[in-house]
Amino acid sequence: MRFTLHIWRQESARAKGHFETYAIDNISADCSFLEMLDQLNERLINDRIAHPVCFDNDCREGICGMCGLYINGRPHGNDDGITTCQLHMRKFKDGDDIWIEPWRAKAFPVIRDLVVDRSAFDKIIQAGGYISTTTGGVPDANAIPIPKHQADMAMDAAACIGCGACVAACKNASAMLFVGAKVSHLALLPQGKIEAADRVRKMVAKMDELGFGSCTNTYACEAECPKLIQRQDISRLNRHWIGSLFGRDRK
Amino acid sequence: MKLDSKIPSGPLAEKWTNYKASQKLVNPANKRKLDIIVVGTGLAGASAAASLGAMGFNVDIFCIQDSPRRAHSIAAQGGINAAKNYQNDGDSVERLFRDTIKGGDYRAREANVYRLAEVSGAIIDQCVAQGVPFARDYGGLLDNRSFGGAQVSRTFYAKGQTGQQLLLGAYGALSREIARGTVKLHTRCEMMDLVVVDGRAKGIIVRNLVNGDLERYAAHAVVLATGGYGNLYYLSTNAMNSNGSAAWVCHRKGAAFANPCYVQIHPTCIPVHGDYQSKLTLMSESLRNDGRIWVPKKKEDAEAIRAGKLRPTDLREEDRDYYLERRYPAFGNLVPRDVASRAAKERCDAGYGVGTGYAVYLDFADAIQRLGRKAIEEKYGNLFQMYQKITDENPYETPMMIYPAIHYTMGGLWVDYELQTTIPGLFAAGEANFSDHGANRLGASALMQGLADGYFVLPYTLQNYLANQINVGKIKPEGAEFDEAERSVKTRIDRLLSNSSPLTPHSSLLTVDHFHKRLGKIMWEYCGMARSAESLAQAKQLVTELEEEFWKSVFVPGSANEFNPELEKAYRLEDYFELAQLVIADALHREESCGGHFRTEHQTEDGETLRDDERFMYVAAWEYQGHGKPETMEKEPLVYEHIQISKRNYK
Repeated sequence: MRFTLHIWRQESARAKGHFETYAIDNISADCSFLEMLDQLNERLINDRIAHPVCFDNDCREGICGMCGLYINGRPHGNDDGITTCQLHMRKFKDGDDIWIEPWRAKAFPVIRDLVVDRSAFDKIIQAGGYISTTTGGVPDANAIPIPKHQADMAMDAAACIGCGACVAACKNASAMLFVGAKVSHLALLPQGKIEAADRVRKMVAKMDELGFGSCTNTYACEAECPKLIQRQDISRLNRHWIGSLFGRDRK
Repeated sequence: MKLDSKIPSGPLAEKWTNYKASQKLVNPANKRKLDIIVVGTGLAGASAAASLGAMGFNVDIFCIQDSPRRAHSIAAQGGINAAKNYQNDGDSVERLFRDTIKGGDYRAREANVYRLAEVSGAIIDQCVAQGVPFARDYGGLLDNRSFGGAQVSRTFYAKGQTGQQLLLGAYGALSREIARGTVKLHTRCEMMDLVVVDGRAKGIIVRNLVNGDLERYAAHAVVLATGGYGNLYYLSTNAMNSNGSAAWVCHRKGAAFANPCYVQIHPTCIPVHGDYQSKLTLMSESLRNDGRIWVPKKKEDAEAIRAGKLRPTDLREEDRDYYLERRYPAFGNLVPRDVASRAAKERCDAGYGVGTGYAVYLDFADAIQRLGRKAIEEKYGNLFQMYQKITDENPYETPMMIYPAIHYTMGGLWVDYELQTTIPGLFAAGEANFSDHGANRLGASALMQGLADGYFVLPYTLQNYLANQINVGKIKPEGAEFDEAERSVKTRIDRLLSNSSPLTPHSSLLTVDHFHKRLGKIMWEYCGMARSAESLAQAKQLVTELEEEFWKSVFVPGSANEFNPELEKAYRLEDYFELAQLVIADALHREESCGGHFRTEHQTEDGETLRDDERFMYVAAWEYQGHGKPETMEKEPLVYEHIQISKRNYK
């Protein structure tokens, strides 16, 4: 297959970025999107055309959350329930133009080309996205039975890989789906209920502080989430947050 | 070099208890004065840092990714073993210990493995307390499944994403310590060298991957939790950035490297499909609970399938060869990984392979008929989806095609019972050490080991070491040793970047990946699933030649002081050349077959591994002698006091 690639190039955080166009051919339909970029880089290096295109990637099986490209206007490209590394060239037509951009959000500054800094997500988790336990001295694992459907719901929310597609998809660059997923995962479990009110308040405050936008309920995040995290998690976040302001747990 | 495994005295079941009762402690006020460096944020690194931070030590933790949550532990699918006996099927610490020793083909240390089995239950308790959403049954209690090499159900799981959930649990605990200020996080930082002062590990040199700056960090102890070296083979189930360099620089500085030739080849991966391919994707071993592995019984059927004239679903039951069930009736499809991998290779080499000829079927038709599609979807849905996205085939309708691939490395830095390497003050945990899996690791035991080391072993043993460091005072990252280490890193980087002058014609220069792919092919072909004295001698020669060619014609673009992934690949590959030679040397010296190490000269009549306990019942610990020089080897004899050694039999 043959493609015309329009790729965002930006040398560093402070440099001005622009689109650069590259033609590439002889690409197998079974090849993954990132392997297509590998081949482009191989050619850019061999022919001394330009510095290879920088893009984050690691596990290449859709679980580490490291990769994330904005492809033809969609985070992770034109397929549902996948990350960029799981996108395959058979999803494109021979001769297609492909526009490739980094996540664009104030809270995710560009490092180089398509690589962005997502440490804001770590900071939100550090604000309270955990259950406070120290190693040892915990009860037996079967001491707290949890209804299966509730455990399954917690698992579905916990499946978030922190890739940032929700933020990239949102016109406000809101991180509500990311935060909602963590709040839901922990609040759905009895172990997590103890700190639930405190947790949601701190995480939301940190999210606002780091420059993520507000949620205006368009649910582009849900539509683009590679792990199919649901908007119900945002509702649950809102419910817990309001409860934390007025409820019994208010401190 | 003297190897002292420091195994505590007393009966096996009491060793760890005795150790803990007599180890040295550090009081809270002194803990605050002691600094620890942890490299790597996978299960071992994150759990160690979180535990040590919570105890009150000052911890600095480093990872090469943009977040600690991305370490490759995240990709582990199937589950984690623990001797809880929740299923009442006869499991116990003793049973898990025996299975692990036997699975490792009697090449692991008894005391370490027993301790691992002993703390396994506490890991599950810890994870549940952190909110890890393990699978549950309708009564709300934890569910289990079976993995290879066991006849009980002791594997806890969270869908097909167990590694992810366990890592997020550890990441949560780590995040809490970061917020409390006991742990300092350094992302996008790569360890480039270890600093040894007066024979003790005292610090590291890291490269900031964003701007290329070299930075120095000093501490009273260094914990290495940087995973394995499977990417030596280029195509593997490891993540693209997983690498062996941090362990290798420690080896260069004097840490012994043990059993490098023990490499695990996982039987169920999606087969190779093209030259551009960058990695292989694992299909969890848990699939072998319900999937049946087969190839056509007749060669002509296999040929017709390869030519696309016949579909697998067209083949009648009696024309299929369920070769694992045939050869190993007792364990069937759930034989250990090395056994299943070799059996697949045997069938494909004999001409019965499907797909490109290097693939076998993993068939769920029976299970779907027995349990219904919905039940299968619930158990393995995400794996089936992953398979379909990659291959464009629907595994609910046609059998999956799978083939073995490099997955895990049992070899690693030599450590004693305390997980300390031969350099005092340098500890290694998780896949980076060699300690618990012998010559073959059982499924769902890597997660167990990583968390055991981090949560329940290092917090004790590291403290025992640090108790003697209280009077040392604050260590500053300065002095001749730090200067020298930083200078040597700079020299290495400069050499790679200036390898080609602007005058070198383009046509004669090649990329780093080009060489890495070729190195991988040599290793897979001559030092992979089957090895012989002849193939290993060839490998040695070919790797030597390839390295020479690398230095003649590799081109690394860009500069040292910028975000430059090509440069990262280059210095990692440079280390792989040396590591490859050591893997080959170790494989050549071990004239027996055991676990993942299969020497074709040493096999039984029906193609099983043939150990030579008389000559090789030891750990081979290698000492670095300088680039291009053969390494020297020390033996740590393996003494089995508790277990009866026998032939490994899964029939």
